Amino acid sequence: MELLEGEREEILNKVNEIVKGYDDNRENLIPILQKVQMGIGYLPLLAQEKIAEALNIPPVDVYGLATFYNQFRLNPPGKHQVQVCMGTACHMIGGQIIMDSFERRLEIEEGETTSDREFSLERVACVGCCAIAPVVVINDFVEGKVSPLRVDGIMLQLQEGKEDSNSLEGEAEDKSPEEKNERGNQE
Amino acid sequence: MTAKPKIIVGLGTCGIAAGGQDVYQAIEKALAENNIDAELTQTGCIGACENEVLVDIQKPGQPRITYGKVPPEEVGNVVTEHIVKDQISRDFVLGKIGEGDLPAEYEDIPVFFEELPFYQKQNRLCLRNCGFINPEIIDEYVAREGYEALKKVITTMKPEEVVEEVKKSGLRGRGGGGFPSGLKWEFTMKAEGDKKYIVCNADEGDPGAFMDRSILEGDPHSVLEGMAIAGYAVGADEGYIYCRAEYPLAVKRLKLAIEQAKEKNFLGNNILGADFNFDLKVKEGAGAFVCGEETALLMSIEGKRGMPRPRPPFPAQKGLFDKPTCLNNVETFGNVPVVFLKGADYFASIGTEGSKGTKVFALTGSINRTGLAEVPMGITIQEVVYDIAGGLPGDGEFKAVQVGGPSGGCIPKDLLHLPIDYDSLTDAGAMMGSGGLVIMGLDTCMVDIARYFLTFTQSESCGKCTPCREGTKRMLEILQRITTGEGEPEDIEKLKTLGDAISSTSLCGLGQTAPNPVLTTLRYFQDEYEKHIFDKRCPAGICVDLLIYAIDPELCDGCRRCVKACPVDAISGEKKEPHVIDTEACIKCGACLEKCKEEAIKLQS
Ligand SMILES: Cc1cc2nc3c(=O)[nH]c(=O)nc-3n(C[C@H](O)[C@H](O)[C@H](O)COP(=O)(O)O)c2cc1C
Ligand code: FES
Repeated sequence: MELLEGEREEILNKVNEIVKGYDDNRENLIPILQKVQMGIGYLPLLAQEKIAEALNIPPVDVYGLATFYNQFRLNPPGKHQVQVCMGTACHMIGGQIIMDSFERRLEIEEGETTSDREFSLERVACVGCCAIAPVVVINDFVEGKVSPLRVDGIMLQLQEGKEDSNSLEGEAEDKSPEEKNERGNQE
Repeated sequence: MTAKPKIIVGLGTCGIAAGGQDVYQAIEKALAENNIDAELTQTGCIGACENEVLVDIQKPGQPRITYGKVPPEEVGNVVTEHIVKDQISRDFVLGKIGEGDLPAEYEDIPVFFEELPFYQKQNRLCLRNCGFINPEIIDEYVAREGYEALKKVITTMKPEEVVEEVKKSGLRGRGGGGFPSGLKWEFTMKAEGDKKYIVCNADEGDPGAFMDRSILEGDPHSVLEGMAIAGYAVGADEGYIYCRAEYPLAVKRLKLAIEQAKEKNFLGNNILGADFNFDLKVKEGAGAFVCGEETALLMSIEGKRGMPRPRPPFPAQKGLFDKPTCLNNVETFGNVPVVFLKGADYFASIGTEGSKGTKVFALTGSINRTGLAEVPMGITIQEVVYDIAGGLPGDGEFKAVQVGGPSGGCIPKDLLHLPIDYDSLTDAGAMMGSGGLVIMGLDTCMVDIARYFLTFTQSESCGKCTPCREGTKRMLEILQRITTGEGEPEDIEKLKTLGDAISSTSLCGLGQTAPNPVLTTLRYFQDEYEKHIFDKRCPAGICVDLLIYAIDPELCDGCRRCVKACPVDAISGEKKEPHVIDTEACIKCGACLEKCKEEAIKLQS
């Protein structure tokens, strides 16, 4: 992804600030990457180069780590992060169907971010809430017993939160009144 | 004893997911509004995840009463009635814990651990404090014999005696392999080196297991204490806990626990006045299943790609930063204080000849009571599935249980009598693994399950050795073919040959065990593979490519709900007329199935 206006500066500042807190010991590489990702949301190549410089190691070693571990993202996350659990219990009760529903609604595939950077979609392996499978984690909030129709509800909620529901009125009207009620009850 | 009434809310990850924070706030509000003077606190998971949010109320002189599934709207009332009027809500009460008197009308409330079927056959040693203490307050741990074992070890025992005691207890590693812990400690103790490390494996990568998480969240100090004892025994002064990054709450509580233990001098320099220093650090993993493997984990702590290396040398000789390192699992360390508090003989009296003590299992899948159960080794699968987990919901029929996650296998109905211990499970082609138990009914497709686990291990293979990197890919391709109706008659033999080759030639445990789910399902459920291959049918109705959605015109009352629910407009039909699904357009998402009140939509294989 292309960097946006002003992002370059922001990245450099953030990385510098974080790297300062560590001595240049290889053991600190993963913690630094984790902190940078927490700060910027992902690990742009620029940040990886800067980190390599600070730790005095070749950039490829940083890239090697960033691509090895599932936690690290090379692309910016969406404003809303949707994580679908694909652990055993969730798989057995239809996790894939939930993933398919999100992919269809968001028109992206697992691991991608929508082009307006509003949503990103990821899989996780068991968040430890198997008792309420299938589970979806939305912006760190765990939602259990999700069904394909509930996916529509979740999306509606998120999008309404975003633009005071204007853009979605048309769609909401399509639904029958009892469906609207159902959604109300779930909240 | 508490002079004030005490209210305890279960706030592990599961409790929070079920709305625990809302419940907590609702109680705060109710206490303030009604001017009730009570202590409100939190605790970790007590195991009955099914019943979250759990709220416990203890009035002085009375037993502690546990309520389950309490919604935030009601909890204020429940608490107020209980504390002010001594009225216990029959709608939510689960059981009572501990001594004390209750009004006669409540005599019949079951005793929590003895009389509730979920707990009757459990023996909570490692989970002894989970659900009882506030994990963020060290004094509550200390009040329940916390750090007594460490004190005893440091002040009265020589390191050799400590190792001997662990050997005598028969404790074996709970992280999967089941290696005798005492021996491992002995090797590390005897290894030459000026510097040694203790490492706790808290990576818990098995997708469907959460035992370690519950211990770390509910009773972090027991793990710290176990590690400090190990440090004293092997002569290490530094330790690392490698914790899965997906467990933010566990990481937070561990760090807090370390800080508090240092303040009390249970960690740090000259611990309890003795000539023994021990310091601990938490390292957050970064999400790679293979980092649960011990040599990969050590690489990861060193800041490298977590790739396993051949053993020997074992970590006990050459581990972290090439120093002798004793590495154990969370639950293994959690058991160590028990060994010293209750004695090795007591510990060894529980379990079977070859497997001593208890094991914590995460029970999930098609069962009535999901949750965490700690049972004595040697209990049968039957007892766990039916007595503890309450059998399958509705009239569901048991088909198999998956033990040990991606490295484990599926055990069929005929083996329900099998005792759960390291050796019996291995003989049956599965393995103890981490302790995930997934119970499956007739609506589970065994080929799909095998494919699921192999997809997982295949994508987590680190790529270092060829059999695992390439072999699992080929196996997965074959399984994909079979589940999409493209299977060929030779596929079964091919899977067996490949599986055996990968098991015997891979570098680390990931590859060596990756074929297990496929090989065990082939061993016990070969007919299901054959139906997919020869008849192009999925008997359980799971493999979507082999199914079509159709509407039974007899049952359809023409309500048009499914027509509206269909995201791709594949369903048509007039009001009050039976509807039809265009099977070409249908994407098999299940939305119509969910909407239909008449159960008119059928999956046909
Ligand atoms: C692919 C793979 C993943 C593993 N994952 C874990 C894990 O998540 N937690 C764990 O404690 N052990 C795991 N192990 C086992 C460790 O390598 C090691 O045997 C264990 O942590 C030793 O501790 P113990 O003797 O106390 O069981 C894994 C092994 C392999 C091969
Ligand atoms: S499998 Fe989804 S929460 Fe455990």
